[in-house]
Amino acid sequence: MNTRFTWFNVTAIVLGFAFLYIPILILVIYSFNESKLVTVWGGFSTKWYAGLLENEQLMDAAWITLQVAFISATIATVLGTMAALVLVRMGRFPGRTLFSGMIFAPLVMPEVITGLSLLLLFVAINFDRGFWTIVLAHATFTMCFAAVVVQARLTDFDSRVEEAAMDLGASPVGTFFQVTLPIIAPSVISAWLLAFTLSLDDLVIASFTTGPSATTLPMKIYSQVRLGVTPEINAISTIMIAFVTVGVLIASYMTKLQSSRMERDRRAADAAAN
Amino acid sequence: MRKWMVIAAPYVWLLLFFLIPFFIVFKISLSESEISIPPYTPVFSLSEGWESISTKLGQLDFEKYAFIFSDELYTSSYWSSLKIAAVATFLTLLIAYPLAYGMARAPKEWQPTLMMFVILPFWTSFLIRVYAWIGILKNEGLLNAFLLHIGAISEPLQIMNTTTAVYIGIVYSYLPFMVLPLYASLEKIDGRLLEAAEDLGSPPWKAFWQVTFPLSIPGIVAGCFLVFIPATGEFVIPDLLGGSETLMIGKTLWSEFFNNRDWPVASAVAVLLLLVLIVPIVAFQWAQQRAREAGR
Repeated sequence: MNTRFTWFNVTAIVLGFAFLYIPILILVIYSFNESKLVTVWGGFSTKWYAGLLENEQLMDAAWITLQVAFISATIATVLGTMAALVLVRMGRFPGRTLFSGMIFAPLVMPEVITGLSLLLLFVAINFDRGFWTIVLAHATFTMCFAAVVVQARLTDFDSRVEEAAMDLGASPVGTFFQVTLPIIAPSVISAWLLAFTLSLDDLVIASFTTGPSATTLPMKIYSQVRLGVTPEINAISTIMIAFVTVGVLIASYMTKLQSSRMERDRRAADAAAN
Repeated sequence: MRKWMVIAAPYVWLLLFFLIPFFIVFKISLSESEISIPPYTPVFSLSEGWESISTKLGQLDFEKYAFIFSDELYTSSYWSSLKIAAVATFLTLLIAYPLAYGMARAPKEWQPTLMMFVILPFWTSFLIRVYAWIGILKNEGLLNAFLLHIGAISEPLQIMNTTTAVYIGIVYSYLPFMVLPLYASLEKIDGRLLEAAEDLGSPPWKAFWQVTFPLSIPGIVAGCFLVFIPATGEFVIPDLLGGSETLMIGKTLWSEFFNNRDWPVASAVAVLLLLVLIVPIVAFQWAQQRAREAGR
């Protein structure tokens, strides 16, 4: 496609991004508002941030949320990478259609259904609800996102490299860890980051599957949001946005670095071959 | 041997935590409501032996389903969910298409950055993004303050707690899901096709409708599924922006479960929602499968 900026393209992009970013920008700006009222600007202040640190319940919830996200993202990445390998490399096997169905359905499944069904499972098997039930629930729905991310990378990767390793006597497991994994590593990292942030954000599934012992940050924010807009929620939201933005920027920088290094290696290999 | 272990681990996990729970939901939707913990009478339990199971199988009834169909609250919740999701999907497409088109036509070296800026809001919390709109839309919110200030209106507009607010919320939250597949299909279009159309005397708008648009249909289809299906069961957006005026089935299920504590009815609502969505879900998977095979 002939690519250049025309007035139409620029307008479309500017308007689209304005729609996406202005609400977030307003939220961030008003977290620094001295006044408690949303529409009145009372001067610059960081007092709402200071107040957050003293709110022990909120800090506890944040700590639980981070732990849940870390453990569930790790499980989801391992299982999701295996699932991606199954989808791309294993060819046909009995039950493959069901398998790919179970990978893609959770991507669009309404959260209320996933949450309710997992809760009823945990009740049926008498599993004590709390921290670990949220971890299991999050690992399940985020592994499907992880599988899709890794699968995209595996599909456009030259499988002859793997065949070469195996011809040279590497075992399938050795090939995976020494050849495949280093090549797909950026996608595995982004799969982990995606699973981590999805878990961090989730309100509905966590509300269904938790017990009285574990309250996550989104649950805490939700119960406060229902009472109205306060600068304190703006402040905690701003921290979460900053956290995610920095993570995404680092991840995309790393991917860029990796792909330019791969490009350089490929050129060197081409030059050597000629 | 190892190959089977690689297949078995995710397979068994998904069977246990994704597929089997649906059968439990179905089972509980057939049981009696009761005020206890958990609040339902088990339909059957394995400890009572096969004989009791077979007698109880005869007693199974679809009473909860009959209840749902007879109560207008539920039937109108399903209808208005489907309607709201369909309208919101269409609005999302209208806004996402020019953006995706502009991105696909931007200089190549800009495209990864533009992509990242579309994905970035998707990574920030859904709840926070919906919350951000409350401050803008409510009666004494920023939008009304701005419109009053410039004199466009003399009375604050009631947007918050209406269906309009729900539309805005869905379009805003799901926009990246629509832009990404659209961009992917628009970006792949061979520019020479458009040059050929131009050389043959086709005006740009005609070339768009006869070349670009048909070629972007796979992206439109994928994007619409990705927005429509989860939007139908959406809870957070109608709950926070729609107020009591907007009926959506996700909200009904939530209040049935958390406020009324009627697990069998909540389960029956979930089963029916799944039945409503099974056709689009299967169609989505079929489209994904086809796209994957075409990509090889």
